[in-house]
Amino acid sequence: MATETLTAAATAPGASPRRRRGGTRSNENLAGWLFVAPVIAILGLFLLLPILMAFWVSLTDWNGQGSPFTGDVPFVGAHNYTRLFTEDGLARRDFMTSIRNNIYYVAIVVPAQTALALGLALVVNNRMLKGKSFFRSAFYFPSVTSSVAISVVFLFLFANSGAVNALLGFFGIDGPEWFADSRGVLHLLFGVVGVDSPPAALTGGGPLGLSWWDWLAGPSVAMISIITLVVWTTSGTFMLMFLAGLQNVPVALDEASTLDGASRWQRFRHVTLPLLRPTTFLVLTLGTIGSWQVFDQVYVMSQGDPAKTTLTPAYLSYRTAFRDFDYGSGAAISFVLFLIIIVLTLIQRRVLAERDTDRPRRGWWRRRVPERS
Amino acid sequence: MALLTDRPAAAPARRDERAARTLATRFLGYATLVFFGLVFLYPFVIQIGNSLKTEADAAADPLSPFPDPLTLASFERVFAGTNFPLWLGNSLLVTVLVTIGRVFFDSLAGYALARLRFRGRNGLFAAVVAVLAVPGVVLLIPKFLVLNQLGIYNSYAGLVVPLLADAAGVFIMKQFFESIPVSVEEAARIDGASIFRTFWSVVLPMAKPALITLTILSFQSSWNEFPHSLVSVQDPDLFTLPRGLADLVSGSLGSGTQYPLKLGAALLATIPVAIIFVVFQRYFVRDANDGSDKG
Repeated sequence: MATETLTAAATAPGASPRRRRGGTRSNENLAGWLFVAPVIAILGLFLLLPILMAFWVSLTDWNGQGSPFTGDVPFVGAHNYTRLFTEDGLARRDFMTSIRNNIYYVAIVVPAQTALALGLALVVNNRMLKGKSFFRSAFYFPSVTSSVAISVVFLFLFANSGAVNALLGFFGIDGPEWFADSRGVLHLLFGVVGVDSPPAALTGGGPLGLSWWDWLAGPSVAMISIITLVVWTTSGTFMLMFLAGLQNVPVALDEASTLDGASRWQRFRHVTLPLLRPTTFLVLTLGTIGSWQVFDQVYVMSQGDPAKTTLTPAYLSYRTAFRDFDYGSGAAISFVLFLIIIVLTLIQRRVLAERDTDRPRRGWWRRRVPERS
Repeated sequence: MALLTDRPAAAPARRDERAARTLATRFLGYATLVFFGLVFLYPFVIQIGNSLKTEADAAADPLSPFPDPLTLASFERVFAGTNFPLWLGNSLLVTVLVTIGRVFFDSLAGYALARLRFRGRNGLFAAVVAVLAVPGVVLLIPKFLVLNQLGIYNSYAGLVVPLLADAAGVFIMKQFFESIPVSVEEAARIDGASIFRTFWSVVLPMAKPALITLTILSFQSSWNEFPHSLVSVQDPDLFTLPRGLADLVSGSLGSGTQYPLKLGAALLATIPVAIIFVVFQRYFVRDANDGSDKG
């Protein structure tokens, strides 16, 4: 029906050219809003409004019964937030444990997936090799599959009698019970150098409700299997970004430096890597932002266990709300996580914007055209 | 290239050395490719192989891709012993509706933001870019709250409607529409076509590549969508494939680990996306590269 009115208005007979132009302008105004209306309605109703609602809920003690927007729901102010940071108790301990877990997760996943993606891109970009497009697709394929389906596969791979332990068995290594093993990797390393039990200095009160020894645990063995899965699935995507970045490395430059006698490592270190800096920055920041959102894999593979060592803020907020029916606390955790991610995003956009002032910003589509020629 | 041909011929010894080095590089390159090819593909091979095994065989020899004996029992059980057919139906329904919705609504909005001059356009576009940064996982509780409040929690509407538009799709379409020449549309408009008509029968046909990209992207993301189904429905009759699969893994299946069954169900859930990936690969690759400009 919108079509008909617009057609009628635009083709109204007898309008002078001038009036018609003015009519087109106001038509555009109306049409513009009609065109964007569905998207505004959906994003407004299911994205912006809910965020406001959740903020309200994070200030209450709603337990899931009835509506959270009635006078019966106790208003607790910032209590759900202070419980996470300043009050000693289970809420803070769980939250800080999840933060610790996620920090270790980010610290391994981001460098690992970036290095692997760069390495794969360099090999796939090698002009001397054939069949590269097959391998490029193979490396990228895990990224497009369902996170739940892939988690199921990795549950099997890392099962006690699974493929990973069978593979380790070939090398005479007795693999751990991956998803039952809550020992921290750093603690295990300390154990290798003889520090088996926590030194007294570290068992005392550390910051934010966890002892120093707990903070220094490192990712648990169970978390390592989730980390492996995530690095495996995301590297392909980032490899494609590096491949796009490598298009910007002129072949002539590479050849010239070869003639100048530069070794392969020197060329990589002093020619390729500097030219890839923008891409590397992007991959690092996108990786960090994404790594703070890990949820599906935790839900399917470990549910935060063993001993809460795979608990992440995203999963903790879900569990607090939907399993413990403490929606206020769950929402508060969501907002803290939101803040972490938004700060990371803003830093990224600021740096990208600064760089973009140096060169004219081009759309993703137009950018392809010169690359093909 | 010119540089290379202009050079005086290298001494034979040096040439041999270079040839040897090239050969070594090639060998190393292929070795790396094959190694990582195995790393990235062998898990799927294991998945297929083990879904055709008996449970005892899968536990005894998980690395082997060859079932001994080969059995379709796990697939029979997937269809007869679980709600898989129901999940499949729900997933198809959700995916088709969401894909149609996204392609239509995102291109409408993308076109308006790219071409139509209306008050508030810049502000709206800034809002779309801002929404791009909102991480999905922090929306779990918020989405549940609004669905609950609107009375569509635990319904197909709750499963589908919130996904009918997405900021990333609007962004992709806007960028595309800005890249096509405005002259064709102007000609159509001067001929008296309405704005919607121009959009529908002149602009959209030109936008085919972007529409295909968006269709594939929407299909893939709604087929794989998990967290949304987690907070929008509770009734097992409304489970989509990823939700059902997650339930299958964590739920009680009776005795044993049932890995062949789980792997088989996961395999069936992966196949549609795998087919789309193989057929429309270049669109996937293009899409992933776009991330680099989305910022």
